[in-house]
Amino acid sequence: MSKLIKRYSFFLFALLAMVMLAIWDWSREVKALHVLYFSLKEMLLVIPPIFLLLGFLDIWVPKETMTRYMGQEAGMKGVLLAIFIGSAAAGPLYGAFPVAAVLMKKGVSFTNILIFIGAWSTTKIPMFLFEMAALGPRFAWTRLAVDIPGIIIIAWILNRMVSSKEKEKIYQNADNL
Amino acid sequence: MFNIALYIICGIVVILSWLKDKQKTKLALLKAWKSFENILPQFLGVLVLIGIMLAYLDTQTISKILGDQSGWWGIIIAAMIGAVTLIPGFVAFPTAALLLKNGAGLMQMGAFVSTLMMVGIVTMPVEIKYFGRKLTIYRNLLAFLFSFLVAWVIGVVAK
Repeated sequence: MSKLIKRYSFFLFALLAMVMLAIWDWSREVKALHVLYFSLKEMLLVIPPIFLLLGFLDIWVPKETMTRYMGQEAGMKGVLLAIFIGSAAAGPLYGAFPVAAVLMKKGVSFTNILIFIGAWSTTKIPMFLFEMAALGPRFAWTRLAVDIPGIIIIAWILNRMVSSKEKEKIYQNADNL
Repeated sequence: MFNIALYIICGIVVILSWLKDKQKTKLALLKAWKSFENILPQFLGVLVLIGIMLAYLDTQTISKILGDQSGWWGIIIAAMIGAVTLIPGFVAFPTAALLLKNGAGLMQMGAFVSTLMMVGIVTMPVEIKYFGRKLTIYRNLLAFLFSFLVAWVIGVVAK
């Protein structure tokens, strides 16, 4: 029981803040609940299928296959695949982290994991279409043209900043999740 | 649309897997559930915080802050607002378009959209759970700085 409370302590703290807001400012509370309702709906719609597909990926796709295509030795092929998988994704950025964990389990290289996270965060294809419609093709294409090299450079820098021991720890952590 | 496709793919995968190997299918479903349940507390906490935050930072407030300001100061504020908020894209882009119409600058919107998508301050608890504190902070910091480059290029090219 206490373990459960400890796991949910962050959530309970957030709920407490919500209750305090209700006392403090009711009209803001209504707004907050409205936003919460919409983001909960989004989460319940998008996140379960992602986890479901991850479960099947984990069980059915052998580690050797993923390592061959996206591992240390995969080269350009791995980079392109990382960008493609990230861009084809749906859902908010926090949906990318569990996917990254499974990719790590399957032996995908650290740089490719970081490129994948970058692509998921900013070059998603469905979002790109939205951006073109709302802000114009010029805005959207310029951003995309800067983002793709940017993602790769950020991944490269991050890969340099983290020691191989820390990387090992991150991969071990992914194994246990 | 996209969600429907996602669910159809899921359905096909489950059926194919079930036909091929029932035991493995059960194992996959169990794994999916376990990894979902594992991160659920962080997800729920983050969603509640986002609710509270967006109750204070709505479109009117944001456009008021950025409307009569320009230059790098406005860009910095835009980037900071983008970094702390988490708005789904289908809300964010029309919002940005609306802000543009209300007088916010292109560069400000470039910074806003970029940090909005790449930097997640509120989702950091989730990110830390997977990647650890150090990498999470570095990634968000680099993405934040990178957004200024994006803003600058958009300011030059898309004018």
